[in-house]
Amino acid sequence: MADKELKTYTISIYSENNVGLLNRISSIFLKRHFNIESLTTSQSEIKDVFRFVIVVNIDEERVKKLIQQIEKQVDVIKAYYHTDEETIFQETALYKVKSSSLFEERHIQNIIKESHANIVTVSPEFFVIEKTGFRNETDRLHQDLAPFGLLQFVRSGRISVTKSKMEITELLSKFKKDN
Amino acid sequence: MKTRDQIALQEAESETIKITGAEAVIRCLLAEGVDLIYGYPGGAIMPVYDELYKFQDQLNHVLTRHEQGATHAAQGFARTSGKVGVAIATSGPGATNLVTGIADAQIDSTPMVCITGQVASHLLGSDAFQETDIIGLSTPVTKWNYQITKASEIPEIFAKAFYVAKSGRPGPVLIDITKDAQFNSFNFSYKKCLGVRSYKPVPELDLDAVTQAAELINNAEKPFIVWGQGVILGRAEQEFKDFVEKSGIPAAWTILGLSALATSHPQNVGMVGMHGNYGPNILTNECDLLIAIGMRFDDRVTGDLNTYAKQAKVIHFEIDPAEVDKNVKADLPVLGNCKESLKVLLPLVEKKSHPKWMQRFNDLMKIEINEVIDKDLRPRKEGLSMGEVIVSINKYTKGDAVIVTDVGQHQMVACRYAEFIRSKSNVTSGGLGTMGFALPAALGAKMGAPEREVVAVIGDGGYQMTIQELGTIFQTQAAVKIVVLNNDFLGMVRQWQQLFFDKRYASTEMVNPDFVTIAKGYFLDAKRVDKRKNLDAAVAEMIASDKPYFLEVCVEKEDNVFPMIPTGASVSDIRLK
Repeated sequence: MADKELKTYTISIYSENNVGLLNRISSIFLKRHFNIESLTTSQSEIKDVFRFVIVVNIDEERVKKLIQQIEKQVDVIKAYYHTDEETIFQETALYKVKSSSLFEERHIQNIIKESHANIVTVSPEFFVIEKTGFRNETDRLHQDLAPFGLLQFVRSGRISVTKSKMEITELLSKFKKDN
Repeated sequence: MKTRDQIALQEAESETIKITGAEAVIRCLLAEGVDLIYGYPGGAIMPVYDELYKFQDQLNHVLTRHEQGATHAAQGFARTSGKVGVAIATSGPGATNLVTGIADAQIDSTPMVCITGQVASHLLGSDAFQETDIIGLSTPVTKWNYQITKASEIPEIFAKAFYVAKSGRPGPVLIDITKDAQFNSFNFSYKKCLGVRSYKPVPELDLDAVTQAAELINNAEKPFIVWGQGVILGRAEQEFKDFVEKSGIPAAWTILGLSALATSHPQNVGMVGMHGNYGPNILTNECDLLIAIGMRFDDRVTGDLNTYAKQAKVIHFEIDPAEVDKNVKADLPVLGNCKESLKVLLPLVEKKSHPKWMQRFNDLMKIEINEVIDKDLRPRKEGLSMGEVIVSINKYTKGDAVIVTDVGQHQMVACRYAEFIRSKSNVTSGGLGTMGFALPAALGAKMGAPEREVVAVIGDGGYQMTIQELGTIFQTQAAVKIVVLNNDFLGMVRQWQQLFFDKRYASTEMVNPDFVTIAKGYFLDAKRVDKRKNLDAAVAEMIASDKPYFLEVCVEKEDNVFPMIPTGASVSDIRLK
């Protein structure tokens, strides 16, 4: 039997930028009751090619089947899955805090400095701190800032690049040559 | 009005002409070689229907009585003709009524293009009259779908739709067209789609894998072939037969693979799966090499996966990479179109026969004949059995009919006992199990193969799900022969209730109308048979007719279909009673 150990996998999908593809991809997860931990879409390094980064927590046998189903979609160029060790990944978090606490609580300035977070904006009412890093880093900053009153907190999905090469450009130029 | 040749010429020169989106839809269909579509008009698709009126000498539109009927007819057409079936409907309920047929075509890999009208683009998202999100609704059950909001998109999207529907593993594609895109004019020119960069329909054939397959096959002592519809869809019947005969390996079929190899072929050992034959199921768990060709290990085929062919090595010839290792782990996947892979395989396979191994199948067949088949085909009870009706149909069609079945007991009986001498002759709803499939599918099957005898065998339950298509059959005069095997029960569900729910027949008994009167109401020739002595004459009369014909056969009410693998049991635990 295949390894049933649950693991965090990062799925990378290169696709055409077609309306409705997100629906098609998410329905593959829905149909199998797989929870999406995070999902990010953006343009990729190639013109007119879109990239999805989806994080799931499942066993390897299932992630392989997911990749097969995703690649089967007409508008998907290629899909891959990688472990954390095989990728460089980050998340970005934004923390909105009352401005008064920044000026009244000296300690908060130390927290920001020590966490290597950036202050994005300051207004008379609030200021916004940005921190990009691993989950535990943005979590720690959340914990540290919480006592001062967080007006808002939001964290992005994972963005990731792989250590190994992605051969999409080669794939696409081969198609061009063959047709 | 231009003739088809003129249009073809125009297209060859790829001259640009200014036309409306609606006319472009028709010209795209003509350019794809479509001359027959099934559908139902309504508000949001009216511009296209107006063009259908103008092009009626080139493009025949069959008005079904329900949009679901249009999809099943398109499926039946595709299954016998090998071409892409086309169904068209309006927005909202017209579109949602297509969904069952689309889902059926998706799971049974039937090439189909569905066209739906949509509210004008400025109304999208406003909950306008008859607006429904058919793209969202159809996404999980289509191979591809697309909403056209600009007329200029039509040629490229239609070209892609037909390419996607019929290439690789075929499937349904839906194109939704807003009403303004149908009305607006643009400069039309048509170019067939030759490829889509993000879509690889047929994986490259791995010659090493084929060589390894040949080695496994040549060294196997108890090899066993299970083939599916891939052989038919890949047009690989001849290559398959050559392989079967040279290798001498016993071969069994899945329900959708039926008719790819003649029933009477000495190496055709029958059907696998829940109501398949005794030998092929039991020996699945004794073979040392399982050669799966163009099939997908559906749960109705495998029973309990943990006890399925565990002793065997598995070779999986498959066009769709997503099917490899999905249910059954393949020791050796051979990706590609099986027509290609079998052609390459053939010279590498040693000519052999497996008399001892084949004898095992024959011995088990003897047991099945004694315990099941004799009772089914030569019943000593007064009531008619479904099996003897199929035997009578075999007798008068000489095994050369297209047999269209619905879903349930009659389907299993028909597939078990119908005889076939050529491919593309079995049309049934296998994967989705759609009751109501057969009547409209038979109409499409007949129009897809007008020279062939088409016999629809339907239960009294499924028949009433799409009975309105009798109207379409009458209007088109498609000479479909309709046999309803009436047991006044939803027979398969009743059988399960008897076996697994202590005979609590919850909502399975049917108080039925006079089916003959209904058929006559549609001006069809119709007859009822309830006695054995009248059966053959009635079937003979039906087959002799060159018009549509309805025959009701009243059969034993509480017969069961055996053999049977109970849900979740192992294939080797198949029951004979």
